[in-house]
Amino acid sequence: MKNSTTALMVENRPVADFIAHAILIVGVIVVAFPLWVTFVASTRTFDEIVHVPMPLFPGTHLLENYHQALVAGSARGSSAPVGTMLLNSFIVAVSIAIGKIVISILSAFAIVYFRFPLRKFFFWMIFITLMLPVEVRIIPTFKVAADMHLLDSYAGLVLPLIASATATFLFRQFFLTIPDELVEAARIDGAGPMRFFWDVILPLSKTHIAALFVILFIYGWNQYLWPLLITSRESMYTVVIGIKRMIAGGDAYNEWNVIMATAMLGLMPPALVVILMQKWFVKGLVETEK
Amino acid sequence: MAEIALIGVTKSFAKNEVIHRADVAIGDGEFVVIVGPSGCGKSTLLRMIAGLETATQGEIRIGGKRVNEVEPKDRNIAMVFQNYALYPHMTVYENMSYGLRIRRMDRTQIRARVDRAAAILELSPYLQRKPRELSGGQRQRVAMGRAIVREPAAFLFDEPLSNLDAKLRVQMRLEIQKLHRELRTTSVYVTHDQVEAMTLADRMIVMNAGTIEQIGAPIRVYDDPESQFVAGFIGSPSMNFLPGRRVGTDIEVGEGVRVPLPSGLQASAPPSLTVGIRPEHFALGRAGGSVFPLRVETTEALGADSLVHTVFDRTPLVARVDGHATPQAGEQLSFSVDPARLYFFDAASGKRLRPAGA
Repeated sequence: MKNSTTALMVENRPVADFIAHAILIVGVIVVAFPLWVTFVASTRTFDEIVHVPMPLFPGTHLLENYHQALVAGSARGSSAPVGTMLLNSFIVAVSIAIGKIVISILSAFAIVYFRFPLRKFFFWMIFITLMLPVEVRIIPTFKVAADMHLLDSYAGLVLPLIASATATFLFRQFFLTIPDELVEAARIDGAGPMRFFWDVILPLSKTHIAALFVILFIYGWNQYLWPLLITSRESMYTVVIGIKRMIAGGDAYNEWNVIMATAMLGLMPPALVVILMQKWFVKGLVETEK
Repeated sequence: MAEIALIGVTKSFAKNEVIHRADVAIGDGEFVVIVGPSGCGKSTLLRMIAGLETATQGEIRIGGKRVNEVEPKDRNIAMVFQNYALYPHMTVYENMSYGLRIRRMDRTQIRARVDRAAAILELSPYLQRKPRELSGGQRQRVAMGRAIVREPAAFLFDEPLSNLDAKLRVQMRLEIQKLHRELRTTSVYVTHDQVEAMTLADRMIVMNAGTIEQIGAPIRVYDDPESQFVAGFIGSPSMNFLPGRRVGTDIEVGEGVRVPLPSGLQASAPPSLTVGIRPEHFALGRAGGSVFPLRVETTEALGADSLVHTVFDRTPLVARVDGHATPQAGEQLSFSVDPARLYFFDAASGKRLRPAGA
């Protein structure tokens, strides 16, 4: 006999259970099916894919397709090897994530803990840029980047995306929850501002930094419009751009098997980051170590 | 070890003056408690000594040197905060040694100091724990340990026991007392709890609305309050006050009850004044002195004594009587008070009226 009310609520309602599960299963299928098709396509030959109806079970050309994608690229569209693209994407995503965290944690620290002229003004300046997405300022940004000779370089891919009002704002909100007495205790203990930052603020922000890293890594990895503008050499392509460049013409012209293999390769690193850092990610979102 | 002096110190936030000309001299090794209701400015006064707030006017001296412009870390003081303010990510050992490590003290010396402080505070088994793995009382001890290891000229306590439960508070109070006996470091302790003030202080400073009302040894302040505020704030249950009117050489306090005005006050007393009576100065019966007919509302029997809540001419009065006398509600009883035990205050200013020549 179970006598807790929750147990009773769960029991003895087969119809409701069935409907709930049915909805969940349908939802999973809707989300997972395109991924499955992508995977299947990446294991078949070009001819098998364009044959109607398209097969729904994996074929035998997995290694072949992935090898071609990684080393040689598509034979018809862009022929840049995906290996290089993955490396580019990784460098860009990591640089953006780390750069954003470093810049925003420092600016949040300045805004919360220092009294300087126009402090409010600077805070609102940062805050207002939240309303200006990359797309809005992309032409002037491109002009500036071009004038600074940053086209086709990692600096050009990374720098314009580093400033982050969102992360600054998140860190500011977190710092505001740290009790003032901690700052005062540190002042009496003799810690200067940067010492306090290293010894107290940074360790306390660990989980927040980890959560932000996951979000920002994916943000950097998925960048499309900006890398599309600023890269023209194949050696500087990121994976997202690479996929686009492989699609050169009409449906029947593209090497869908290789493109799908590239797509699979391109979505694996962000998925891995999320899976590996999941524990930290959730911790950073739900709890603060205080 | 050092004396602390505040000379004509005021503090304003924007245009609001929150501390009005405070003059305090704290002797070397003395334990001084600043007590007052919340918002009276007692914490601000302490924070100015610590250097966490700047004084608007006046001078603050520690060990004879002006420290107004000196950073908190260079004032050679240590502070214990109400919420402990321990670094949550550091172990007890790291918390206690942080200030010493910043000062680049020799490792073995740090180890020795922390071990000694931990032994005094019975924290030795917990040195490798994080603050969140400790109880409230232990955290409070760590905060004190962090102060002790610095071996400062003065300890500043900002309501250190307010976050603890009642039982622990009593225990920690005794420990702070013991600690001060051992270390003999000048200490300034802020609290709103008059029991803490009475039991810990060598001298206490009673503050009200940004003004220092009285400075003195606890029992002196209790016996001889300077103002109605001090008389009412120190002592539990607090002093009873009755509005009085001068009638000839007596004061009428209502319903035809009169108390004699001391001869020394005959010349100076204003027409309306307030008469103060400590609960324990009421005696059951008409033993002599001024007799008050009181109607009993309730009685709190505490064992050793009983608190009788009564009403006199619509004014509630509390009398403390022997624990075995348990007057019943509704009873009409006579209580007498020795006229020498009466306190008189100016009804307008609240200042104590003292007989001339006394």
